This record gives sequence, C-alpha cells and structure tokens, in this order.
Amino acid sequence: MQKDYSVWSLFKQGLRHNEGWDPAWKSPEPKPSYNVIIVGAGGHGLATAYYLAKEHNVRGIAVIEKGYLGGGNTARNTTIVRSNYLWDESAMLYEHSLKLWEGLTEDLNYNVMFSQRGVFNLGHTLQDMRDIERRVNANNLNGIDAMVLDGAEVKRRIPLIDASKSTRFPILGASFQPRAGVARHDAVAWGFARAASKYGVDIIENCEVSSMDIAGGRIKGLQTSRGYIGADQVGCVAAGHSSVLAKMAGIRLPLESHPLQAFVSESLKPCLDTVVMSNAVHGYLSQSDKGELVIGAGIDHFNSYAQRGSPHVIEHTAAAIIELFPMFSRVRMNRQWGGIVDTAPDACPIISKTTVKGLYFNCGWGTGGFKATPGSGNVFAHTIANDEPHPLNRAFDLNRFSTGHLIDEHGAAGVAH
Amino acid sequence: MFVITCPHCREKREEEEFSYGGEAFIARPLSPETLDDAAWGDYLFMRKNTKGWNWEMWGHATGCRKWFVVKRHTATHALEGAWTLADGRKIYDAEGAGA
Repeated sequence: MQKDYSVWSLFKQGLRHNEGWDPAWKSPEPKPSYNVIIVGAGGHGLATAYYLAKEHNVRGIAVIEKGYLGGGNTARNTTIVRSNYLWDESAMLYEHSLKLWEGLTEDLNYNVMFSQRGVFNLGHTLQDMRDIERRVNANNLNGIDAMVLDGAEVKRRIPLIDASKSTRFPILGASFQPRAGVARHDAVAWGFARAASKYGVDIIENCEVSSMDIAGGRIKGLQTSRGYIGADQVGCVAAGHSSVLAKMAGIRLPLESHPLQAFVSESLKPCLDTVVMSNAVHGYLSQSDKGELVIGAGIDHFNSYAQRGSPHVIEHTAAAIIELFPMFSRVRMNRQWGGIVDTAPDACPIISKTTVKGLYFNCGWGTGGFKATPGSGNVFAHTIANDEPHPLNRAFDLNRFSTGHLIDEHGAAGVAH
Repeated sequence: MFVITCPHCREKREEEEFSYGGEAFIARPLSPETLDDAAWGDYLFMRKNTKGWNWEMWGHATGCRKWFVVKRHTATHALEGAWTLADGRKIYDAEGAGA
C-alpha cells in the first residue's frame, strides 16, 4: 500500500526519476455488496467516504462514479472557500467546513494548496452596503472573521481595481473575510480519494447507477453499468444529477439543474493576491498559482443537464470584470466550461435522510458547493453512520420544504439563482 | 443558447429575448386549506427537473409579453416545438407527460 508523502519520499523518488510512485488510490472491481455505497466520486462524495471510515469506523465502503473521479463540479468550480454566510444555520455549517480546510493538508497528507488570501464581496449601492454591514455583524456574532471596508481601503488593498466615481457601479466598499481563500480543486478530490483508499474504501469509476433496488421501504442495492451491487446504506452525492437518482427511488426533490459557467485567461504575472466577488455587477475572480485569472460567470436560467452554457452569460460577466478591472480588457481567455449545479429554492443544501430507509441525499449545493467539501462530507458521514443528522445539518433536512423553515441564503450565495 | 419561435407573435428570436418560467402545467391545488403541509410543500417546491424531454413555460419578455409552453430536451437543448398553453396541454396530455 502507498506510503505517506514527505520531503524524504520526494527526495528518494527524485533519485529514481519519479518512476517508483505507487498509485494514489486503488481502483478495484466492484464486490457483490457493501455496507455503504456513496454515489458520486466528487469532492463531497469522497469526503463522505473518508470521514465515514476515519471518524465512524465504518468498513466495507464503496464510492461509485458514472464518469471519472473528480470530473464533475469538483473540476469545474472557481475554487473559492469562505464562510461569511448570513444565517446561523448556514454560517455554522460553512464555518465548520472552513475549520476543516485549515487542517486538511496535514489531515490528508496531501497538499490541497489551501491559500487563505481573503475574499472581498464588493458593495456598489447604499443597499449593498447595508446588506454587507448586516452580514458582517451576523458573522461576527457567530465568531466568524469578517469586516466592513470602505472604498478607499478596497482600492488600497486591490490596486488594480477601478475605484473611481465615474463608473456605472462605483465601489462604495466591501465585506472582507481574511480567513477565506482558494484551494486546488483537483487536489481536494485526489487527496480525499487517496486518504479514503488507505482506509480500504473501494473507488469504482465508470459505474453508472441505472436503478435502485428498494424492498419494504428499505434500500437493498443498486443496479449499475457494472452489475448489481448490494448495499445496506446508500448516500447520494450526485450534484446536478440528484433529481435523476431521486426519481429512481420515487422521491421528489425541490431542485432545478442549471449550467454554471467559468473561464480562465492565459497566464499572467502575479497581479491579484486575493479573491474579488461582486454580486451586483455579477462576476468573481482570483488568480491561480499558474497565473491564470479564474473567473466565475452566472447560471443559465433554464433547466439543463448539458455541461455548457450560453455565450451571453459569459459576455455579461466579462463586461463586469472589465468594469472592475479595466486593465484586464486585453487579456485573452484560454478556456471556458460549464458544470451542472443543483439549485434549491432557498440557495441552501439538502443533507438529509429520506422516506426510504438507508437512503440519504446530500445535494442542492447549487453554485457554492466547493467551499463546503470537507464540512459537507463530515456531517453527511455522521448522518449515514448514525442514521441521524449531525447537529450542524439538522436544519438542512428535506422536510424544511413542508415545515416552511427555509434558510434564505440568496444574498450570501454569491451567484444569483 | 437556442432560438424559440413564439407561438403568439410568430417571431423567431434568440432565447435571451424570452424569460424562463420553469416546469409547465403545475396546477394550483383547488382547495389549499384542505392540504397537509407535505402536499402543499410538494406543490410549492418539488419539481421533476427532468433529464430529457421537458415541458416548460417561457414568456416572450421583450416581445409580445405572452406566456407559452415549449418542449425542450434538457441534455441536448433541442426544441421540439412551442405552443400556446391550450394547444401544448393537448399534446402534453396525449403523451401522458403529466403522469
């Protein structure tokens, strides 16, 4: 089995021209049955498997994936991590996640390149600034680092930004969370896969679920493209395809799937050392370690499962970015892509038991799932292991859509749904 | 992105000119006060979110401002057609799409 990564192992393998590395995780054939199957080998699914094995001593776990590992939204997001949400329930959940991020590289023995470079949420109108003050105050009451900065301070910290009064949407100020930042998206999936694999979790790619075997109100197994696999418990973490899985179980979800786009530029010398988001003009960007500007666009408003969006959506975002950073107007864009996000009516996730015993859903992360990867896996693992929600995800039950206890995070979610 | 022909004004225009209205033919319960919370929540929030041929509402927001229904494939963005609500409903029922 693979050994821990260290400076010493790097040195030793370097002497062997890096030809002696073991595969980071095992890809075995599926066994006839497992105790727990996680559907979806993205960040959230792999994190769930990892914490199930590590914190709850569950064995006999498989993570099955219809495509390849980390090839869905884990590979398609803009890598922003923050926890400055308005309401107590979501702030606590995202803060739990942020705390896990802070120790994740050591915990996984895998460099997830978590960089706490801070996140600015710009305010362009008086109402924006009132909302920002309210959110920052709520964050501080919840013990989350956040502060309100005025326009001059924003300009001082982000010299490239156009803070003049002549713009269509002048920058009046911002909220700033210093502990927020970015992480390397692929490394998160690979790190969790490797760490889970070490606990004996089977990661099975190219294995698409076609139907669910449910008898007497209980999950018995899954029919997949690689044969029937029995299971006592199944956790579905399928992002944009959650509704498709739910339909197999006869469950209705309040989700709508939309394409969300992002694009990156050619590599530039370091020019932006933080993350800038603006809800009002609608764009957010950061600079990757490779030097690319990573820019997030909006969603297409129609439902779609096609992993591509409309040109006018990125055009709108590109215009917003140039409004904020006129200097980037001549930067060439290299790549553009879309992912399918599962949006919930209140812009909050669903981490829940279902009417089918042994079947659990973790979905509805919409446009902001990446930041929650470790926290989501952590509380979902608790939910599966104890057949009972973790205190942090009790409020995120599916039943909130009948009790009416919605958690309206449209303001802090970043991308308009 | 795709083009839609509005069944009311017969104009063939880009999707940007229209606004999306979500799943079509969700009937408001006739007597909401008799429903339990689960049934009312189902009406308000639960959606088919179909992967495949989807019946959906569109409004000609910057044109004639009228609403109509479209049958569109959510994985390929292919459009089968656009109809007025009354005409679309007949096809929808004949297909058994509401079942």
